Amino acid sequence: MLRSRFKMPSHEELVKRMDAIPDHILRECPICDATFFSLRAGSTKTCPNCGYGFRITAKRRAKITFDSFEEIDKQMTIPDRFTDEKYLTKAKKAKKVTGINESVLTGIGTLDKQRVGVGIMDPFFVMGSLGSATGEKITRLFEEATRKKLPVIMFTASGGARMQEGIHSLMQMAKVSGAVAEHSRAGLFYVVVLCDPTTGGVTASFAMDGDVILAEPHALVGFAGRRVIEQTIMQKPPKDFQSAETVMAHGFIDAIVPRLQMKATLSRLISLHTKENVYGR
Amino acid sequence: MADKTAYERVKAARRPEKISTAELINHLTSGFFEQHGDRLEADDPAIIGGIGLLNGKPITVVGIQKGADTDENIARHFGSPTPEGYRKALRLMKSAEKFHRPILALVNTPGAWPDVESEYHGQGSAVAQNILKGMQLKVPYITIIVGEGGSGGALALACGDRVFMFEDSIYSVLSPEGYASIMWKDAAKVEESAEELKLTPEALLADGIIDKIIHEYQPGDDLSELRDFLDQEFSQLAKLPINDLVERRNQRYRNF
Repeated sequence: MLRSRFKMPSHEELVKRMDAIPDHILRECPICDATFFSLRAGSTKTCPNCGYGFRITAKRRAKITFDSFEEIDKQMTIPDRFTDEKYLTKAKKAKKVTGINESVLTGIGTLDKQRVGVGIMDPFFVMGSLGSATGEKITRLFEEATRKKLPVIMFTASGGARMQEGIHSLMQMAKVSGAVAEHSRAGLFYVVVLCDPTTGGVTASFAMDGDVILAEPHALVGFAGRRVIEQTIMQKPPKDFQSAETVMAHGFIDAIVPRLQMKATLSRLISLHTKENVYGR
Repeated sequence: MADKTAYERVKAARRPEKISTAELINHLTSGFFEQHGDRLEADDPAIIGGIGLLNGKPITVVGIQKGADTDENIARHFGSPTPEGYRKALRLMKSAEKFHRPILALVNTPGAWPDVESEYHGQGSAVAQNILKGMQLKVPYITIIVGEGGSGGALALACGDRVFMFEDSIYSVLSPEGYASIMWKDAAKVEESAEELKLTPEALLADGIIDKIIHEYQPGDDLSELRDFLDQEFSQLAKLPINDLVERRNQRYRNF
């Protein structure tokens, strides 16, 4: 009876109505399949059901992780020698989306009153790829941290080398590694947080150089991408072969830490590594 | 040679008849003693490493070797080292440091081996370690790119005091095929990508990425000139106080 008062809309009508709902209102968690209103993901952009952390900009991560954050080398960007128009247009868009001038945000932050050097890569800036200025900013961050005797926390999120900058991108791997080595020689602590995705040349350099290596749950972490493996040697990789969980099972990650516990975990690790060591010397 | 197009240079760098890493080692050094294994779990035949005498002086050589035929290529995964290969190289380089032997690295690889097993064994971590430790080694460290120098897999053995390239060799952030596939979703556009990558020795020398171009040697050629040149380079580097050597090496990469 009641039902007869309502007419089932036609399929076309339903499709039309669905189209009228803006895409970003609802969100589906790729891990637990829960569908929820995007707003419920909150400022940390995590699934309200399982806690999975969606990809976020570097600026947002700085805000949700540190009590204070002071940016350094803010203006540094792609060097003038790169003039390809398509590339520069892409970079311009990236700057608008992310609010930063290169794929990494660097600065000095505080965590429970502890000062730390901070680097946060932005997966929305040309896939977080390693440009010359990205390498320069990270190098300067380590140099600054070495001078100030500060530990460094590095959040990685990168598609790897930046193709548009060719061999200069590759050289950044060596340059940053030199600065990491110097920081390490000074007895200072370096912790890496592998975020989704960390691949290629970033995995093959400073992402794997931490004294402690953490990862966000389900982050993709690897060197050669799935497509490269499939096309180069015709092997079909299993589904989660590069998930943080798999990489941890193979011995390359110390702990997987959900985003909502990241701040407390980092603070604790910094404290453990900077407390006066009464047993030492 | 400079009149070759970038793509012709790619083909020349990949010629199967090119002088091999093994032949270079055997003719540059005398009494080469090859060492095997990473002391963790495996021995990767894509990397040849050991100790030989260069003009009578002991040096450590690590080199990436492609196969001469299909069977050998499969065994050596076409000159693409696995993590075990990079770890073997690093082990030998550390041993060189302990005994104050200079290191010669010979690179000929399309890139680190891209397979699932290598991912599981930490390909990224292995390459990262070679770069990090390579830059701190307290002995002279020279690299020659013999044929292909592809991406991080090449850089893992090219973080030394000097990087030289043979005339018919290439060095790039990614193979031309990989670059074409990423940039235009079309792996066939190799000629264009070879141009864009600026991967020839001339372009890289002009860009300050490498230090010198070495003229091409054919199999069977007399290598005494190259041997004397390397001997001289090592002697010069060895004159520097160790801290200066490492500092200059870091400065070399700091400037990029």
